[in-house]
Amino acid sequence: MDIKLLDVAPTEVEKGAVDLLLGPPLSGWDGGERDALTDTRVAEGGHESREDRHLLLPVLWAVQDRIGYISAPALAYISKRLMVPPAEVYGVASFYMMLATEPSPPRVLHVCEDIACKCLGSDDLIATLQERFGPEGAVSTDGRSTWHRSPCLGQCDRGPAVLMMEAGLEPFTRTYAPASSGTAFASLAEEEGVVGTEPAVPNQLGDPSLRLLRRIGVVDPWSLDDYRAKGGYDALRNAIALGPAGVIREVKDSRLMGRGGAAFPTGVKWEAVAQQPARPKFLICNADESEPGTFKDRVIMEGDPFSLVESMTIAAYAMGTETGFIYLRGEYPEAERAVQNAIDQAYDRGLLGDDILGEGFTFDLEIRRGAGAYICGEETAIFNSIEGFRGEPRSKPPFPVEKGVFQKPTAINNVETLINVLDVLMKSGPGYAEMGTQGSTGTKLFCLSGCVTRPGVYEVPFGGTLRELIDMAGGVPDGRELQAVLLGGAAGSFVRADELDIELSFEAVREAKTTLGSGVVMVFDDSVNMHRILQRIAQFFRNESCGQCVPCRVGTVRQQEALARLASGKPRESVEQELELIAEIGGCMRDASICGLGQAASSAVESAIDRLGVFKGGAQ
Amino acid sequence: MANEIIQAGLANMAFIEHSTENFENYKAHVAEYTLERAEELTGVPAEAIREVAHAYAKADRAMISWTLGITEHHTGVDNVLSLISLALVCGHVGRYGSGLNPLRGQNNVQGGGDMGAIPNRLPGFQDIENNHEAREKFSQAYGVPIRDRYGWHLTQMFHGMETGELKYCYIIGENPAQSDADSTRVRSLLGGLNFLVVQDIFATKTAELADVILPGSASWCESDGTVTNSERRVQRVRKALDPPGEAMDDQWILTELAKRLGFDWSYPTSEDIWNELRSLSPMHTGMSYARLEELGGIQWPCPEEGHAGSPRLHERLWADPVQGMLATFVPVHDRPPFEATDAEFPIRLTTGRRLESYNTGVQTEKFTSPLHVGEFLELCPEDMERMNLEDGEIVRVSSRRGSVESPVRTDVRLRPGLGFMTYHFPDQVDVNVLTIDAVDEKSGTAEFKACAIKVEKLAKGEQTMTAYADRELVAGD
Amino acid sequence: MSDPVMMTPKRMVEVEVDGQAVKVFEGQTLLDAITKVGIETPTLCFGDTLAPKNACRVCVVEVEGARVLQPSCSRKAEPGMKVHTNSERVRASRRMVLELLASSVDLSTTSVAPEYLAAYEARPEKFGPQAPPDTHRDHHRAGHSAETDGQLAATVYQGKKIDNELYMRDYSKCILCYKCVDACGEQWQNTYAISVAGRGFDARISTEFVVPLPESACVYCGNCIQVCPTGALMFKSEHDLREEGEWREEEQTVTTTICTYCGVGCNLELHVQDNSIVKVTSPPEHSITHGNLCIKGRFGFQHAQARDGAKK
Repeated sequence: MDIKLLDVAPTEVEKGAVDLLLGPPLSGWDGGERDALTDTRVAEGGHESREDRHLLLPVLWAVQDRIGYISAPALAYISKRLMVPPAEVYGVASFYMMLATEPSPPRVLHVCEDIACKCLGSDDLIATLQERFGPEGAVSTDGRSTWHRSPCLGQCDRGPAVLMMEAGLEPFTRTYAPASSGTAFASLAEEEGVVGTEPAVPNQLGDPSLRLLRRIGVVDPWSLDDYRAKGGYDALRNAIALGPAGVIREVKDSRLMGRGGAAFPTGVKWEAVAQQPARPKFLICNADESEPGTFKDRVIMEGDPFSLVESMTIAAYAMGTETGFIYLRGEYPEAERAVQNAIDQAYDRGLLGDDILGEGFTFDLEIRRGAGAYICGEETAIFNSIEGFRGEPRSKPPFPVEKGVFQKPTAINNVETLINVLDVLMKSGPGYAEMGTQGSTGTKLFCLSGCVTRPGVYEVPFGGTLRELIDMAGGVPDGRELQAVLLGGAAGSFVRADELDIELSFEAVREAKTTLGSGVVMVFDDSVNMHRILQRIAQFFRNESCGQCVPCRVGTVRQQEALARLASGKPRESVEQELELIAEIGGCMRDASICGLGQAASSAVESAIDRLGVFKGGAQ
Repeated sequence: MANEIIQAGLANMAFIEHSTENFENYKAHVAEYTLERAEELTGVPAEAIREVAHAYAKADRAMISWTLGITEHHTGVDNVLSLISLALVCGHVGRYGSGLNPLRGQNNVQGGGDMGAIPNRLPGFQDIENNHEAREKFSQAYGVPIRDRYGWHLTQMFHGMETGELKYCYIIGENPAQSDADSTRVRSLLGGLNFLVVQDIFATKTAELADVILPGSASWCESDGTVTNSERRVQRVRKALDPPGEAMDDQWILTELAKRLGFDWSYPTSEDIWNELRSLSPMHTGMSYARLEELGGIQWPCPEEGHAGSPRLHERLWADPVQGMLATFVPVHDRPPFEATDAEFPIRLTTGRRLESYNTGVQTEKFTSPLHVGEFLELCPEDMERMNLEDGEIVRVSSRRGSVESPVRTDVRLRPGLGFMTYHFPDQVDVNVLTIDAVDEKSGTAEFKACAIKVEKLAKGEQTMTAYADRELVAGD
Repeated sequence: MSDPVMMTPKRMVEVEVDGQAVKVFEGQTLLDAITKVGIETPTLCFGDTLAPKNACRVCVVEVEGARVLQPSCSRKAEPGMKVHTNSERVRASRRMVLELLASSVDLSTTSVAPEYLAAYEARPEKFGPQAPPDTHRDHHRAGHSAETDGQLAATVYQGKKIDNELYMRDYSKCILCYKCVDACGEQWQNTYAISVAGRGFDARISTEFVVPLPESACVYCGNCIQVCPTGALMFKSEHDLREEGEWREEEQTVTTTICTYCGVGCNLELHVQDNSIVKVTSPPEHSITHGNLCIKGRFGFQHAQARDGAKK
């Protein structure tokens, strides 16, 4: 491939950022110093560089982290180093919200404007910023800082949340939640002593029935030794004693279902991957927890990161996947630091890498940091993102177990699903299945947010009711009435105050025509303007659509426009006609979109109309 | 590469024994070309040669494709022979996805040869001197006796002009005054002819030397007929436009000329002419216009209607027994370019083409393209720096035959001591003033790819040319 | 000795299309099966020389047992599939896809648009009056959009890009079918001058940093124009004639001939109006280059009609 680049030379800083990640170039052909003697006879680097395309997103991050945006010279240099055409590099860079393709100050404050934070005052925070700092994108007088709106930062238990990303020699990203306007301004002004978030401590701390959360707030998340002292790596020993087939048998017998939203039987998936003849195989942990209202994976990764590493090691052992990726959203810097430390320590102690525990199996694990794209929580979009392409979903079939990342058999599991495996191996499959209901075994993490007294992650066995769960979180504040509950996040659906006796299990919610999704339980009391919430959900899908297929790319826009007309009381013909239009758009998005994003983009909106009666004289 | 393949035990001995001859001689001959020797001769590291050799030999299927970088040398035929031998060593011929593929520079180079527009063959590659029956057949069909000796190729014709043996010339659709090596000499020879007719679609530099100019038609869009591409596929060209002004179809011009010379050919259609060819050239016999249309072209040989054509000419080598002659290994020796570089002319100039332009630019100067940038002498960054040259600077470029002014620019694909130019813009920089007419004695092709030049900086006020960007386009309206 | 290239054996797969049984080769698509029984399917992003991108979703069909509709252009036929091409569910989705496109994109030069819109009784005007062109469209930040009051239907309208004499790009007409990107990139030309950039409704075809084509890797092969189904990419000669109101397609002749410039033998279709070549295409079904050309074949025709000298 002949790559034509813009005639712009990278600065030493830009070059240094790229080379730090990729190592020095091999020759003049892939960006190094030209050697007239050898480079004019042999072109080195072509094949090697092209095989490294999967490093495109990491290297874009390296530049973003160093200078705050992807400059034209840096992009050209990346292009040359990886032999990826510049138009494609630009196509990838411009896909992600956290990568800037136009000059930007080194420090950017991302301010969450999503639904949970809206209930907790983010609109006021944004209004204050607009008034006192300037409109979105305004630059501070010293040229160092700016701010932008952001979709859900996954801090719904403690909003309103902001995230400061600072580029430089020592780039640093930090979350502030809850963030007062004082915190936001102090951060923008680079004041000392602004304190970032700490790992969340569960409200159920000390409850002996906890399984998935039992170590959180108890174990030192930075210490492998402490993790082991609290039962860590016992499950891996059990796994090795059982052998790979034994592990899969136990996981199948546990009837563990995927916790990412699709509720697919984990053992079946693992068995399918284990049986694939193609090599190599891959294991991916989907830690791109971007569903508005979801933060359970963050709590686990920040509070008990070794459990994720251990459970992935078991999965890899069972399926023979020698390479693993944790695709971790860019909005979770604290989780990334904790998991990275866990990985590093595991390598140091022979718990990752070659010949793990002297048992002769290999598992290499690395984090791939997302860059601000909800769609990259879709499993096939993750594959494209890891491979260095735009995070657009692929058509299925073929399914990931057959052709996943790099077109190889791939098991992809959510964080929560994976750590359940530890419990399966400690109790045996049938032992695990004793908990929960017939169709939904084990415990489930729920993310309680919105208008509840004690928001946070709660772990309960399947089979309780929604009412019990909300009560655990203290219910709505005194003097308020519960108006509606959003189950499953923006891609989920609303239920009414009179439906709180729904049983929380996969089968019961299906029966009730709603979903558990990723475990979001967002509560709205009567102080919330549901029109604003629906408009935000519609805008969220418009902003997060990858743009690949027509139903979702345009449908999400038309849905947003219709809602705006309804909310402003200016329907085109009549309210009924607008509601009919929304249903028509929703039908097409649900039926004809490529992936789950488009298929679910009208779900919450339609449920608000049909179930809550919003715009029909019901909730406001 | 061949030696390495043989030494490494990667030669396809089954194919060699079944389908070729003279391998043992060849093997002994290439033995002296070790990887180290090859590195010495070419500058390409031995390891890289080894890597390519092994990759080529081990490939399930492999093809060698080339353009004029192989043939425009005084050793052009030897170069091709060595590629043929390399393919034979591995058996990479005559099968799908394999073979030797010279990418021809015009749409009908192959067709010209097929139709007998070469000095030693009648249409259908029937030998003029050795094929008595063919000669008889054509003599009868044409009603004139075909002489039993070869004609002259281009280089011999210019030699004939020099010695005075050739005094009259009729040139159709070629611009040798700009396209041929050592153009100063070519122009003086053409100018010295007693009578020169040029038939072309443009008033070219060659036409300017003519006594009579016959405005012709653009054969690909103003005329009906056939062309043959590099893979021997005969395809139909069709008339889409009427030629402008007084320009006439080439077939009409030739028929009319014949008439004035006393032969009434009664204005045949292009299909009539084609059918006559089919009756005389066995390899074209099966290609009716209707079938060419239906099949999207047919690859020769196609000896009868119903024959699907021959996508792979040398499939015969795989037949058991081999059909026709065995393939022969022809050992050749390395011979450097005719003109060595020296202290006075230290840079080797190689010429070639650019994507958007075509030969002397007569056709391609007529469309406006962002890729048209005019002529440059391209040098590697090290040479540019050594000579203290800047991109766009105008320099004097000289060879032993002549001298031109040209802008220079950097090209990192070049190595020290190697310069590159095209001859797409002869009105701007007449590059063929520099090139050498050292010809390959077998093909008659000149060594456009290698001559020795020097580059001199021009003092202020010394330059006479204007930059391409500042010139008015010849193009257009 | 035998030829190493053999025909891979293929099985037949039987499916049912609107109640009719039909057999296709394993690996063929539902569209192949549907076409085989003689039913026409609307397609926009499908190009027969390119791998199906299945982005437009106008060809969706209902497959019994599948939760959602399936893109017939890319979904492989599997034994026993029961396919419905004209159910109300299929018609509704196809209609909405057409309405979404026609309300946001200028389809005035999409040749199949009037027929499709009529066949599905599409009413793109139901989303309200269209928003005017947005000159900043190429620079929208991913994941951000302005608040809307919903009174104007957002469009992809922006100014035309005319940065060279050979062809113009009018992305107001772009339905984002990806065909130009695939033709420019790995599927045909291997030039990679363009890619899809941005995201969601702001996704667009772009060079790196939106630089003009002459600064990009573009080699002006025009293979993108060849595959563009909407006229978003157009010969400048065609564009100029259209602007002058002189584009008269019904008067044009199309003649297939062979390119003059090299020995490959690419087939050219010369579109001639008033004895002038106004556009060059190449037959996609021809085995030599499958509709692809280079700059000389596509645009190098001017010399044939710039020969005033010949009139002397």
